[in-house]
Amino acid sequence: MGRIVLEKVQKKFGEVEVIPPLDLTIEDGEFTVFVGPSGCGKSTLLRLIAGLEDTTSGRIVIDDADATEVPPAKRGLAMVFQSYALYPHMSVRKNIAFPMKMAKMPEDEQNRRIEAAAKALNLTDYLDRKPGQLSGGQRQRVAIGRSIVREPSAFLFDEPLSNLDAALRVGMRLEISELHERLKTTMIYVTHDQVEAMTMADKIVVLRAGHIEQVGSPLELYHKPRNEFVAGFIGSPKMNIIHGEEAQKLGATGVGIRPEHIDVSKTDGMWKGRVGVAEHLGSDTFIHVHDTGLGEMITVRITGDIEARHGDTIYLTPQMDQLHKFDQQGLRVE
Amino acid sequence: MARAVTQKRKIINTTAAWAVGLLIFFPILWTILTSFKTEAVAIADPPVFLGFDWTLENYATVLERSDYARFLWNSIIIAGGSTVLGIIIAIPAAWSMAFVPSKRTKDILLWMLSTKMLPAVGVLYPIYLIFIRMGLLDTKIGLMIVLMLINLPIIVWMLYTYFKEIPGEILEAARMDGASLKEEVIHILTPMAIPGIASTLLLNVILAWNEAFWTLNLTAAKAAPLTAFIASYSSPEGLFYAKLSAASTMAIAPILILGWFSQKQLVSGLTFGAVK
Amino acid sequence: MATQHSRSAARLMMAPAVVLLLGWMLVPLTMTLWFSFKKYLPLRGGDLGWVGFDNYVRFVTSSSFWPSVWTTLTIVGGVLIITIVLGVLLAILLNQPMWGQGIVRILVIAPFFVMPTVSALVWKNMFMDPVNGLFAHLWKFFGAEPMVWLTEASLESIILIVSWQWLPFATLILLTAIQSLDGEQLEASEMDGATPLARFGYIVLPHLGRAITIVLLIQTIFLLSIFAEIFVTTQGAFGTKTLTYLIFQRVLESQNIGLGSAGGVYAIILANIVAIFLMRIVGKNLDA
Repeated sequence: MGRIVLEKVQKKFGEVEVIPPLDLTIEDGEFTVFVGPSGCGKSTLLRLIAGLEDTTSGRIVIDDADATEVPPAKRGLAMVFQSYALYPHMSVRKNIAFPMKMAKMPEDEQNRRIEAAAKALNLTDYLDRKPGQLSGGQRQRVAIGRSIVREPSAFLFDEPLSNLDAALRVGMRLEISELHERLKTTMIYVTHDQVEAMTMADKIVVLRAGHIEQVGSPLELYHKPRNEFVAGFIGSPKMNIIHGEEAQKLGATGVGIRPEHIDVSKTDGMWKGRVGVAEHLGSDTFIHVHDTGLGEMITVRITGDIEARHGDTIYLTPQMDQLHKFDQQGLRVE
Repeated sequence: MARAVTQKRKIINTTAAWAVGLLIFFPILWTILTSFKTEAVAIADPPVFLGFDWTLENYATVLERSDYARFLWNSIIIAGGSTVLGIIIAIPAAWSMAFVPSKRTKDILLWMLSTKMLPAVGVLYPIYLIFIRMGLLDTKIGLMIVLMLINLPIIVWMLYTYFKEIPGEILEAARMDGASLKEEVIHILTPMAIPGIASTLLLNVILAWNEAFWTLNLTAAKAAPLTAFIASYSSPEGLFYAKLSAASTMAIAPILILGWFSQKQLVSGLTFGAVK
Repeated sequence: MATQHSRSAARLMMAPAVVLLLGWMLVPLTMTLWFSFKKYLPLRGGDLGWVGFDNYVRFVTSSSFWPSVWTTLTIVGGVLIITIVLGVLLAILLNQPMWGQGIVRILVIAPFFVMPTVSALVWKNMFMDPVNGLFAHLWKFFGAEPMVWLTEASLESIILIVSWQWLPFATLILLTAIQSLDGEQLEASEMDGATPLARFGYIVLPHLGRAITIVLLIQTIFLLSIFAEIFVTTQGAFGTKTLTYLIFQRVLESQNIGLGSAGGVYAIILANIVAIFLMRIVGKNLDA
């Protein structure tokens, strides 16, 4: 079990309100990602759930029991930290055993679980090493191993991949997703990287300045962002959002067009512009277009390769059925 | 250094550094050498450096005249005891300052250090009175308490700086793993801080060993440590250089050897953990 | 990172140290204040009643007061300047590549382990003695008249002895700090055309700022109360009477507790002035 409900949870540091009263339900078995720019309160929210911070007001309910005043150790949650927080003076085996030792689990049961976790995480050969002798990815796996052996009701991940290099990050992303598929345990995952959010989550919670901007599945957020902030945050490259006269013509105060929803032509189209930088990735080409008269630089994504040089004239036409329209408050209008 | 250094530069560096090092060390070396001379050789003009008949008679005389073993034992008990006592009291305090900092943490820390600035002489008589009243005068336990108190701020500060280097996330991880506060301190914090604690221990043994205000003023015969033993040579007896040197060598040898053997810990201890 | 629970536990764990130090500070301090307003001569009649600020006035108006303050500040200042300047130079020297660096370091640290009574005795008798001291031999060797160090240059002699004891400390801290200096920074400044002197002034010295602060703080704490060195060498004669020593004489030698206590209060005030001044600098530097 691992159903976590936040009721009017609020957090102040002194006079500063980091999390205004907030409600959120995380269903059992769900992979929930908290995403937002740095300083949006996502880590604080996770630490409130973990019990590493006190709530200023409100209730945290875990599996139908009020856990607001319960110390972290008693909440039945496990956490993987950004720095992995491995105990440097203990071997990998002892690191993984630590939570079980604290729970006074019988020795043979401990060993059985250590072996199982080590096997699942490819750590069998490293059990007697110290964390200092491991690579970043291995340390990451030890931290995960340490959290799974106690069979928590939910896992909390605090930006666990941000210290890994790009290639490893992709690999670990898959491993964590696999782990979730296998364990079917609730996971709450904090990241500032929207790619991680999109690829891993069942449910994404987008936060800004402590406020929840939108809750939904990755595709809901992609297709129906509730406001300009979410629209700009989810998707890569970023959605183009235009204001002013051209937006008025399209029937809204703000109009968002994803780079992949713009057609390109060398001869004619709705907007005429000049090619700035063209990034050729092979599979895709990103073209940054200037001087369109839209007030913003427009980014276009084209599948495959296209001949585009700096300074070339180019014509852009948005796909009308893929426009996102926003009102004066930046909220979505249908 | 990424660049190769020319042989010539290295020779110059080495010569200069050794010259300065020997110059600084010379008073100690001279004392040790003199302790093996006869009194006549010790004041020979011009001074004799190495070419003399080595003798142990000064050591024999000093040992015969005063109860060196008792002074040594007192020094060991007082320096060791005050340090251990101080560490036991300081660990929890440093823990809470490093890991549960509040707005006042820095003020408390600085206040503690400032008590170290209280001139001992300003409170000498009151302490003297209290000691007489409580029967602590000329006792080892009395000195242990006083030296513990005067070094406590330093111990707290050193441990604090060492503890602060331990990432808070590791302690939080322990908490998430179900460790109680006690288990956290025993299983995680203390083992991780052992190098720091060792440095603190060493430095404070040295400070306590060499402390010479309270040890001179609060002891008479029974509890007097080596500082008092050596101060007794400030009288005209001090003019017997060879014996003075032998006594001096015996007073500093234990700590000098301890210091040299644990040089690495000491260097980090000496920097009070505050300089990387 | 704190929860209410850990905060109260923290307060509890801090209590013993805070309470002990508070007691250690307040109890004797209160007694000193109490005595300072009394005429109290334990060997000549004991408690002779309240005298108001008499002791304070007598202590400041005594001819030895201002000289003793001056002596104290001269010794502290002199030793600080010598140890820091030489410490920086030595640290730079020891940081150069050389053979036997470890051994040189041991040689340089050694004076720190020597108890003050020993070092004062050794310097006084075996080096500064005008007849048999090594300095006397050295002077004679060069055809000069040997100096009576502790009489003719008493303050300088004491500063020399104390500097010798504290130079290792300063050197070690500064050496550790220098070793942590990022080599790339120096290379970058070299690429930018900085001369060795400019590199020292703009890169090395600022980098040492924090370490110098630490040296300043710790040494001042210990230097303000140096005692053994004077006790053993001059007994406060020849202009080496520091405030500490003056009070010591009033209390223990003339057994005038009231007067000594008033002096103690002055010493505490002096220490506090220095402390406030220092804490300002250090407090700022500790944030870093």
